[in-house]
Amino acid sequence: MARIGVFICQCGNNIESTVDTKSVSEEMEKVPGVVFSCNYKFMCSSPGQEMLKEAIKKHKLDGVVVSACSPHMHEKTFRKACESAGLNPYRCEIANIREQCSWVHHDKTKKTGTVKSNDLTRMTIERLKRNRPLKKINIPVNKRALVIGGGIAGIQAALDIAEGGREVILVEKEPSIGGNMARLSETFPTMDCSQCILTPKMVEAELHERIKIYTYSEVEGLDGYIGNFTVRIRKKAKYVDEELCTGCGECIEKCPFKASSEFELGLNKRKVIYTPFPQAVPNIPVIDAPNCTMIQKGKCGVCAKVCGPKAIDFEQTDEIVEEKVGAVVVATGYELMPNERFGEYGYGRIKDVINGLQFERLASSSGPTGGEIRRPSDGKVPESVVFIQCVGSRDEAKGVSYCSKICCMYTAKHTMLYKHKVHEGQAYVFYMDIRAGGKRYEEFTRRAIEDEGAVYLRGRVSRVYERGGKVVVQGADTLSASQVEIEADMVVLATAIVSRTGADTLAQRLGIGYDRYRFYNEYHPKLRPVETVNAGIYLAGACVGPMDIPESVSMGSAAASKVLALFSADEMAREPIVAGVDKTRCNACWDCLVACPYSAIEKEEVKNRQGETVRWNARVNEGVCQGCGVCVAACRSKVIDLAGYTDEQVYAAISAF
Amino acid sequence: MDEKDVSRTEQDSKGGFEPRIMAFVCNWCTYAGADLAGTSRMEYKENVRIVKLPCTGRIDPLFIIKAFENGADGVLVSGCHPGDCHYTTGNYHARRRWIAFRSLMEFVGIDLRRLHFSWVSASEALKWVDLINNVTDEVRKLGPFAEYKGLKQGW
Repeated sequence: MARIGVFICQCGNNIESTVDTKSVSEEMEKVPGVVFSCNYKFMCSSPGQEMLKEAIKKHKLDGVVVSACSPHMHEKTFRKACESAGLNPYRCEIANIREQCSWVHHDKTKKTGTVKSNDLTRMTIERLKRNRPLKKINIPVNKRALVIGGGIAGIQAALDIAEGGREVILVEKEPSIGGNMARLSETFPTMDCSQCILTPKMVEAELHERIKIYTYSEVEGLDGYIGNFTVRIRKKAKYVDEELCTGCGECIEKCPFKASSEFELGLNKRKVIYTPFPQAVPNIPVIDAPNCTMIQKGKCGVCAKVCGPKAIDFEQTDEIVEEKVGAVVVATGYELMPNERFGEYGYGRIKDVINGLQFERLASSSGPTGGEIRRPSDGKVPESVVFIQCVGSRDEAKGVSYCSKICCMYTAKHTMLYKHKVHEGQAYVFYMDIRAGGKRYEEFTRRAIEDEGAVYLRGRVSRVYERGGKVVVQGADTLSASQVEIEADMVVLATAIVSRTGADTLAQRLGIGYDRYRFYNEYHPKLRPVETVNAGIYLAGACVGPMDIPESVSMGSAAASKVLALFSADEMAREPIVAGVDKTRCNACWDCLVACPYSAIEKEEVKNRQGETVRWNARVNEGVCQGCGVCVAACRSKVIDLAGYTDEQVYAAISAF
Repeated sequence: MDEKDVSRTEQDSKGGFEPRIMAFVCNWCTYAGADLAGTSRMEYKENVRIVKLPCTGRIDPLFIIKAFENGADGVLVSGCHPGDCHYTTGNYHARRRWIAFRSLMEFVGIDLRRLHFSWVSASEALKWVDLINNVTDEVRKLGPFAEYKGLKQGW
């Protein structure tokens, strides 16, 4: 027989004013299995807790029900008290007679409240009788981190984790780390040169003894759970031996073939063996296989002939490497909406219509024009440039209803860069609203308008076409209610920021959520902004949504601090509210596997002594299981149960109703 | 069961039928919403008894049958709004099961007005109060769920 103690709290007068706690206590003494019952003014106070502990010892209680406030309030307090008195904390249950009884039923005769408190307490007692003692689950933690994406957010996260004393694997898709930030000329609102602040960090990451960088590599798969992930990384063939290459650049110089440069966004050409930009990290070239005549047709091989250390290897193939890590930071960044989607602005038809990132390259001193603003068609210095904001953003017709957030700022920056380089030039900006929320941001846009002479026109552009070597922009100026036609030399579109191509595939590989725009979902958008539903996987940077550099850096650091907090202990303790399978009765229908939102259910093979597979059954991975119980309700043969919320407990509570 | 039936008869003979409502709610949204109704000192009908579960996805349709069997006149299921589930998709499972289960209940002969499903978030204390009041009123109009005993005997 159970030995249960029941403690009815008066909560000062909060409960007592509408519940006769003494009568509840007396009533509970009649319930079979209850050996002790009392009421007290403040159960959560130290004397109250002491009383509870003493009663546990004195009456040899094996279970405790506290009828008091919501379990969300003091369940932990009372479970802790029980634990210190030698009782398993999960043999303590709370009946909520304050928030869900005394505070919502204002009957001063105490009749209503007392009847309901009796019921609630009785239901909890019956439930408690079936509570099994549970133990916190300890999971070992592998203290190495994986960072996916080598842009500024990923670099920051990797550096912070490495500085915290932990090893980091940094995986980057491109031949160099640096991401989109490496493309920028200057950064708002300080106007410092992007590469000047980024490249030292890139080098620091490269030289850091605890950071291992895989460039030209992609994450193929992730198995495991928090603290114990195994990641498969595809190292794409570079056709250059990284160990042997010294980065002298002789091969690049001598390569006779060229292809369009991805880094320069098609504004320039690069060699077929190349590094994306001169400060690339690592400074090891890769061969663009589809354009290499040696790889395709077996002719040429100039690079191999001129390579001193014999690092060129045309036989190299993709390689899959496995790494074991305890946490993952996803920092895959953003792309611009594909240009072809803006036919109305002449994109793809008119050479002198470019996007914001292309303008960054034109303004960059390491760019295709050496930092001079020259238009792509004929290399002429443009006398006037029209900037169009919200191209694709805030436009349901283009499928993007959100604001891309950084365009107002970078367009203001572009007008300034243009003015600084072409003093006689005139910049026009078509905008919908100016959104310059951020430290020193509003002042920055005011400067562009008031001091640097950019003409801001509030309205949309209806048409862009070519006329006599000029690009004519027709639009509306809604503030003066007039039609505007501007003959410009160049047009720059602030195209929408969208998620990376393949962002959804990666999310599925990692088991994290994404929204309709394929931006990754935070665990909670406000309170847990760098965590994901898959414990141990964190987010940083523009893969979550459009954001600027300071935000990406903060998020990188925040994710790193989460990782370091996880790595601060050898083992991670977690609540034992997890599902479990009765393996002897499981008939392997896999309904649970399909239902589980966390992929916590695994197929387990049962073998006989000869090593032959006899049968299969489901198994719950306790490290992954979050304890929702969806599988329990889905199981047809009723062989899965949820610790802390077993069928037995629930039915007992219902029966006491 | 017998004791309950006796008290039920006494209650009914006094003229005031008070329905018994069992509510299955999730820990994260509706339970917290009901708590908020308490901390805001709102008032609602006392007829409801709450059973807390981690997620509406944990709710086995048999719980509902069991509740009726134990004398509930009405049953309420409430969880997080679609898209807000603490466990990402648990409430979608609950919703799908609910749809299938309702037709089954109707087939068996249970008045669907005794079954209620709702989404109440942790901030919707007022919605919770209205919900309980409305469900109680509706079930009170239907009277005690006497048919269930008939059904049980029929099985």
